[in-house]
Amino acid sequence: MIVAKQKPIEELIESVKEASKILVVGCNECVTVCESGGKKEVAILASALRMALMNQGKEVRIDEITLERQCDHEYLEELRKVIDQYDLVLSLACGVGVQFLAEKYMRTPVLPGVDTCFMGVTEQRGVWTERCQGCGQCILARTGGICPVSRCAKRLFNGPCGGSTRGKCEIDKDLDCGWQLIINRLKELGRLDDFETLLPIKDWSKERAGGPRKIVREDVR
Amino acid sequence: MRLQYPSSIRIICLPCTGKVDLIHILRSFEKGADGVYVVGCMEGSCQYTSGNLRARKRVEQARVILDAIGIGGDRVQMFNLASSEAPRFVEVAEEMTRKILALGPNPIKTARGKMAA
Repeated sequence: MIVAKQKPIEELIESVKEASKILVVGCNECVTVCESGGKKEVAILASALRMALMNQGKEVRIDEITLERQCDHEYLEELRKVIDQYDLVLSLACGVGVQFLAEKYMRTPVLPGVDTCFMGVTEQRGVWTERCQGCGQCILARTGGICPVSRCAKRLFNGPCGGSTRGKCEIDKDLDCGWQLIINRLKELGRLDDFETLLPIKDWSKERAGGPRKIVREDVR
Repeated sequence: MRLQYPSSIRIICLPCTGKVDLIHILRSFEKGADGVYVVGCMEGSCQYTSGNLRARKRVEQARVILDAIGIGGDRVQMFNLASSEAPRFVEVAEEMTRKILALGPNPIKTARGKMAA
């Protein structure tokens, strides 16, 4: 899932203070799971904004809606009939949803309510960690299912650096060394010999370095 | 025992304080409550294991938000007491009432009044 965290309430109050009709739009997907932009968070934020602005003597109307997704046309279409009533939309979706919403409704300002952080997992309630950087050329089959691009701070491809100490990374003593995890897993799988095989140079043009990416599948268009 | 407690308090009964959500606390203030306090069972004796602990966290979240929006986090508080502690219930009610009287009315009510005028 895409993991995001809500922006500080002070920042959000500042960003919407000029508007008098605001629509807070949540998303039922990733941001609901990471508890930053689902229906519940929309209700809490809308309530807090209403009170904050009213306390500043501003008369505002703040409505709430949570869409199934904000990264698909069909769900964003649900806003078409109502969006002109508002002079500002505050989207609690990830950066993808905010942009798609903004592209679709050109005349209404759309502001982000969350900071989009990474693609990751829920380790336990309230703890999310990164697992994938969408590098466009998955090598998990050769690294025991653990990704050196997202789990190694230096994105090394052929073993740990000299900063790996007792299984921890040099940038943070609480952070597992990605390559230690890979070696542990290869050992468990009885495939430690794979560690000896050099990984070829990665084509980073498939990653963000190659510019904005696009996939077109003629078979499903 | 027939103990008396301040009549300004409105009790909302819940099966467990674990049912209290942050939005319930915020809506109370939005609707004009001057203060909200949550009375849960003693920590360690929740019938549902962690309902009162969850409630405490939500009260803390509400405090942070209320402070940030200028309503005042001191207007919300969590208390833990056993169902058999009626005198303590009264003490808590009186303590909270004194605190809220000292803090004054909910600024939202004042702002709403000014807007209506």
